[in-house]
Amino acid sequence: MTQVAATEPTETSPAPGTGGRGKRDRSTTFDAIAHVLLVIWSLLVILPLLWVLVSSFKTTKEVLGNPLTWPHSFHWQNYVNAWTQSGVGGYFINTVIVVGCSLVLVMVLGAMCSYVLARFRFFGNRFIYYAMLAGLTFPVFLAIVPLFFILKNMLLLNTLPGLILTYVAFALPFTVFFLHAFFKRLPYDVYEAAQVDGAGEWRTFFQVMLPMARPGLASVAIFNFLGMWNQFLLPIALNTKTSNYVLTQGMAEFESQAGYAVDFGALFAAVVITVAPVLVVYIIFQRQLRGSVVAGALK
Amino acid sequence: MSSSSTTTSAGRTARPAGRGRRRRWTFDRVSFFAVFLGLPLVIFIVFVVSPFVQALYYSLTDWSGFSAAMNFIGFENYVKLFHDDTFMLSLRNSIILGLIVPFVTIVLALALATVVTVGGSGTGAVRGLKRSNLYRIVSFFPYAVPAIVIGIIWAQIYDPSRGILNALLTEVGLDRFADYAWLGDSRTAMAASIFVIVWGFVGFYMVLFVAAIRGIEPELFESARIDGASRMRTALSITIPLIRDNIQTAYIYLGIAALDSFVYMAALNPNGGPQNSTLVMSQDLFTTAFSKGQFGYATAMGVMLAVVTLVFAALVFIVNFATGGRDKGVRR
Repeated sequence: MTQVAATEPTETSPAPGTGGRGKRDRSTTFDAIAHVLLVIWSLLVILPLLWVLVSSFKTTKEVLGNPLTWPHSFHWQNYVNAWTQSGVGGYFINTVIVVGCSLVLVMVLGAMCSYVLARFRFFGNRFIYYAMLAGLTFPVFLAIVPLFFILKNMLLLNTLPGLILTYVAFALPFTVFFLHAFFKRLPYDVYEAAQVDGAGEWRTFFQVMLPMARPGLASVAIFNFLGMWNQFLLPIALNTKTSNYVLTQGMAEFESQAGYAVDFGALFAAVVITVAPVLVVYIIFQRQLRGSVVAGALK
Repeated sequence: MSSSSTTTSAGRTARPAGRGRRRRWTFDRVSFFAVFLGLPLVIFIVFVVSPFVQALYYSLTDWSGFSAAMNFIGFENYVKLFHDDTFMLSLRNSIILGLIVPFVTIVLALALATVVTVGGSGTGAVRGLKRSNLYRIVSFFPYAVPAIVIGIIWAQIYDPSRGILNALLTEVGLDRFADYAWLGDSRTAMAASIFVIVWGFVGFYMVLFVAAIRGIEPELFESARIDGASRMRTALSITIPLIRDNIQTAYIYLGIAALDSFVYMAALNPNGGPQNSTLVMSQDLFTTAFSKGQFGYATAMGVMLAVVTLVFAALVFIVNFATGGRDKGVRR
């Protein structure tokens, strides 16, 4: 499961020692075919997204007309409608709150837990670690019904704190699993030195060990962010109050309503609102992000 | 940042030290353990472990959820499952997804990854195609789009009248697709859904495989080329065997995701599609629990889903082992 550590650095630093030695090859046909394949694939990815973007500027009447035409004018009203009337704005804010809080919590708790598990020997250490691993493999669907009643009994059903706690709990195994490997590799002499200098366990962790684990933390944080931003099952089962909706479930709701209310222009605008922020952040940080996601998945 | 990464590699040799030595249980240490280990564990136990355990028990009851009445009925729910035509259909659909989606995705992802890395200069090491970075950026787009939104986008594309797919098809002269309902016809609903799921995954695994292939010693490719191996040959007998562990991991991830598929199906065909042709286990579970209120029965479905998932993972391991996966000893 962890054999692939070697691939991690190559992704973040492009073009590893493979400079153009040897003579240039004449077989450019392969390259041509390769480019054709890749261009077809890229178009297959981009065109649907582009079509959505274009359609988001059409009036609903235009959307219902020929799908291949351009909008007459930029119909920004769709965005206003989506944001206010369809409630996407509220969902967006809820999502930011839920994902933001969950992310901070799970990173802090996950780092603490994995640190203790990786660096201290005590009875039951391995057991806890393997329990976490098992928690990674079981489908959330198995847990969803009892979870519903656990939250209900704790009066956390349909509340944002309840949703945040569940997000944290279900992101915890992966976070611990990933960071465990990371803390394990940190040098022990630094820890010893901090102890000799009189730092307590708390200070050693927050001022010495945690800063050293920063690269690992960044990778897991990105991974967790995307997972939480895209989370769908937990909110639709545990958070059914409309005013508490997060974006993903709001979008699903929107789509199922669109059949009757028919504000398709706003639907497309809502899709753009959901996708654009993450996509823009991705394009800016694409190298680091892809590197860490790949590193996370290969671990 | 940079200093931390150097210390990381330097300190690798250090071993766990000093934990055996007795230390005093000061307030600092007690509070440290209580918060650092206790707090995460409580959350994990309450919200992850206990639901799983409770699910096993509920699946043996006839609990309807909102009343307190709950009778232990043994394996009756499971017997019922096997006589429930709708559930068996959803099981079948899920298994179809679990077989087709990972296979197609991995074949496509491997093909694209190979093309990106093996292109460029034919001699020498893996150089990669020009502009391959651009392709990788684009390939990764779907990963940044929430699965539910992917489903919504494609539901719009497939739409019989306002979708762009039929518009394009009629544009090139295929008039019989003018009002064809891709998701509304049981002959194409499943295939169309599979296409969407694969679309969502290929790019991510392509990027993953590109990273894995870049991790292979360039000399291996070089010597293969000197020996006159074709590109196809190189891909089949060098690349794939060397990254087979990554492929195994990918297969398991994809299988778990495909056996679930809830999000995509919820967006494409919320009610299971024409004649339930795209109904999957997770959807059946969700409606059984939250619409019909048969919680005991629904958790039995959850157990079945978990069993199928574990069987799938075990199968992947066995197949990989049986075809000689572990003994290569190249990684490690």
